[in-house]
Amino acid sequence: MRRVPRLDAPRVRIEFEGQSLNARRGDTVAAALLADGHWQFRTTPVSGAARGPFCMMGVCFDCLVEIDGVANRQACMVEVREGMRVRRQRGASDLGADDSAIDDHGGAP
Amino acid sequence: MVGAALAYGLQRRGLSTLVLDEGDIAFRAARGNFGLVWVQGKGTDFPPYAQWTWTSAQSWPELNAEIQDTTGDDIGYSRPGGADVCLDAEEFEATGAKMRRLKAHAHHFEYQMLDRATLAEMLPGLGPTVAGGCYSPADGHVNPLYLLRGLHQCLLAKGGRIDSGSRVHAIEARDSTFLVDTGKARYHGARLVLAAGLGTEALASMIGMRVPLRPERGQILVTERLRPFLSMPVSRVRQTTEGSVQLGDSKEDVGLDEGTRVSVMNRIAARAVRIFPHLERARIVRAWGALRVMTPDAYPIYTQSPSHPGAFAAACHSGVTLAAAHVLHLAAGIAEGTLPAALAPMNADRFDHA
Amino acid sequence: MKDHYDIAVVGAGPAGMAAATVAAEHGAGVVLFDEQPLAGGQIYRALSRQTLADRDVLGPDYYHGEALITALQNGGAEHVADTTVWEVTPEREIGISSGGIARLLSADQVILATGAQERPFPVPGWTLAGAMSAGAAQVLLKSAGLAEPDAVFAGTGPLLYLVANQYLKAGIPIRAILDTTPGTNSLGALPHLPGALMGAAALLKGRRWITELRNAGIPFVNGVEHLKVTGDESVTGVEYAHRGAWHRIDTNRIFLHQGVVPNVNLAMATGCTHRWSDAQLCWHAVTDAWGESDMAGVAIAGDGAAINGARAAEYAGRITAYGALHRCARLDAQSRDRLAKPCRQALARERRGRAFLDRLFRPADQFRIPQDDSTIVCRCEEVTAARVRASVALGCIGPNQLKGFSRCGMGPCQGRMCGLTLSEIIAQSRKVPVGEVGALRLRPPVKPLMLGELAALAVPPEPEPGEH
Repeated sequence: MRRVPRLDAPRVRIEFEGQSLNARRGDTVAAALLADGHWQFRTTPVSGAARGPFCMMGVCFDCLVEIDGVANRQACMVEVREGMRVRRQRGASDLGADDSAIDDHGGAP
Repeated sequence: MVGAALAYGLQRRGLSTLVLDEGDIAFRAARGNFGLVWVQGKGTDFPPYAQWTWTSAQSWPELNAEIQDTTGDDIGYSRPGGADVCLDAEEFEATGAKMRRLKAHAHHFEYQMLDRATLAEMLPGLGPTVAGGCYSPADGHVNPLYLLRGLHQCLLAKGGRIDSGSRVHAIEARDSTFLVDTGKARYHGARLVLAAGLGTEALASMIGMRVPLRPERGQILVTERLRPFLSMPVSRVRQTTEGSVQLGDSKEDVGLDEGTRVSVMNRIAARAVRIFPHLERARIVRAWGALRVMTPDAYPIYTQSPSHPGAFAAACHSGVTLAAAHVLHLAAGIAEGTLPAALAPMNADRFDHA
Repeated sequence: MKDHYDIAVVGAGPAGMAAATVAAEHGAGVVLFDEQPLAGGQIYRALSRQTLADRDVLGPDYYHGEALITALQNGGAEHVADTTVWEVTPEREIGISSGGIARLLSADQVILATGAQERPFPVPGWTLAGAMSAGAAQVLLKSAGLAEPDAVFAGTGPLLYLVANQYLKAGIPIRAILDTTPGTNSLGALPHLPGALMGAAALLKGRRWITELRNAGIPFVNGVEHLKVTGDESVTGVEYAHRGAWHRIDTNRIFLHQGVVPNVNLAMATGCTHRWSDAQLCWHAVTDAWGESDMAGVAIAGDGAAINGARAAEYAGRITAYGALHRCARLDAQSRDRLAKPCRQALARERRGRAFLDRLFRPADQFRIPQDDSTIVCRCEEVTAARVRASVALGCIGPNQLKGFSRCGMGPCQGRMCGLTLSEIIAQSRKVPVGEVGALRLRPPVKPLMLGELAALAVPPEPEPGEH
């Protein structure tokens, strides 16, 4: 996306998928990602389909990303902060549980 | 749930069956069911119920296979065993005592009282303050809504009928036929099965049967879909095949109020995070209250009208656990015209001298 | 923040800001909750921090909100931002969550001013990355000064043309505008024209936007009958049917819009009765002349009750505040009536063109009720129209049974993106009015709430009549 002329807000450096990204203060995480050309934010836990933001106002829950280790946050509802680490939300969250709690096959451990 | 199971059970035995089902927002206990197919702790002090529960649990794989074969859908049934987690020494003692009493008459019942360390091996992420729990290999779970859908599909596949949005206004027994009036239409049949949850009491009274019932609310919280971490249902925490985690087990007497109350939700949540602390970061995406169908002693009522032998009533709060028994055994009895002998102790007349 | 207020207002859009400001003016203890960091709602989003160099881009209607925001800031209402309200009980206990901590408080009177959301637009491919709503495009422009060049705009309704016009003013090229307004709408709208002409300014404004878009040489297709967004992982194009023939535009970005509808989830979860509006094809709160619902002490103001636009919302907000002030004994009935009178006159004025606009931009059936069975109806759970119709065939007569059988409505959006579609598909399949079909039954929490927050919630001791 392109920035329309305005009084520039200070830059805020965040990280997306390990890459540094320049956002502006006041951007939501969603806006920052879109500004940098990223439109796919997650894959769904239902089918793995790629999704991105749709409504930008907290209603659709399609813009879910992982922010600073916390999964499934609505990117359009969180403002960028210096040093924020953002990752795509890949399927369902594991809540950061330790590895022994995760069983990708769903069977008894 | 009970109605759908019995209807399918009858239709599959060749009796043409019609289900009259109320509206979209009726007091549907089925929607509030936790989804456990649970043996442990059932009928501790009432052997006939323990036996009936066992019969059903053992028949469940057959029901599951039948539904899967007919519909092609997976209803999420599995029998990995189940655990009842005890939060402190007191709970652990009480649960142990209960299971000993059950085992005394239900010899088939297998269980183990496990300390925290052992239980934690089966339940990764188990909270540090948990005292332990009771594990039984006989327990399992299923998606109750898919079960209901599956029963509907099977009923229709075998030629049965469902009339939705039909509330029964009047029932009349004439000769050996029952006339049922929904206001929109009138139906007649040689057998009448009243399995309308809380509505059964009023319907039963239309033909002189007494089926005392009262509502008991249970509230359930459901999380967003999570990666699988819990393969075994725990009595108050269950992860579904889609990945969402269900939390529940509350009991309230609030009449016909299906709402939610924050104090109860808070208690359910607090207990859940003691059992699995990492669930603190899970988001609740919905919560609801549903009304269990409770009889005066909490055990099912299976009853046949003495004056009109073709009329039966069935009410219980474990419609999911008992679904297999209802489809495969109780329906057979109703089809033949008498309740199975094993169910005699659960007749409604046990309340008559109360 | 206190444990109890005279009046709690939910939502800091025009209705909420006006209500909170008026209520505080008359000495009530007022709190105003809002999810956003700044007041303004969606219509005046980011206004108090707006840095777009050219004020003509967003237009004077946007900057009109400055007065409301200033009045709120200078007034005595306590504005609590970045806060989600997840529950309002019939007893007016309010559950909020902010910064990962949930708490409860209460109020004598509650005014729900949750505003509007965009109507779902279920066409094949609408879930692909690269497809967003026109409202989303506008939010990005307002809050981040961002715009997407060469996007296709598709749909109907004033907001579609407004956003396109704002793009034009900002010098952002638009690939095409595919207008799905049914050709027959103009005829149906004619009877409402006299009323609309009295509010002619709004009408002329809309006409001017469209004229300017055409004059700018943007390809404009009227009377689009069908839409399909194509692509695999993301949008690669849009196909549209026009006069019976299919056409295709290659594009990676599409903005969809077909009107706005009230954001009803909180009011419904509180238990407020709603009825189906055929004029607006959505649920309207049932309220009295003061905006009070059938839940005592809970009033609903602005677009959250029924769509009347931002200006009307201000007056509706004030009226509900006067009503609430009287109910909590801060204003006698005579003063209340006297103060409300000019607001009622202004509200009536603002509403004059509404019936006409509703009729003119009434979205066609096929865009509200997808005929292509592969269309995803429930975005969260990825439930198709086919599955929904199959569930009706299985005996589901309403959205709640259908939810149980299909999972439609079980995701985190709690039916916001699928509820209307669901009720309308069922109504069409069963050939009964939507009002008879009903809506998804909603309960708190109306926005997802962390289990840990709920577990840690300090619940005030209460008599527990029934628990054991």
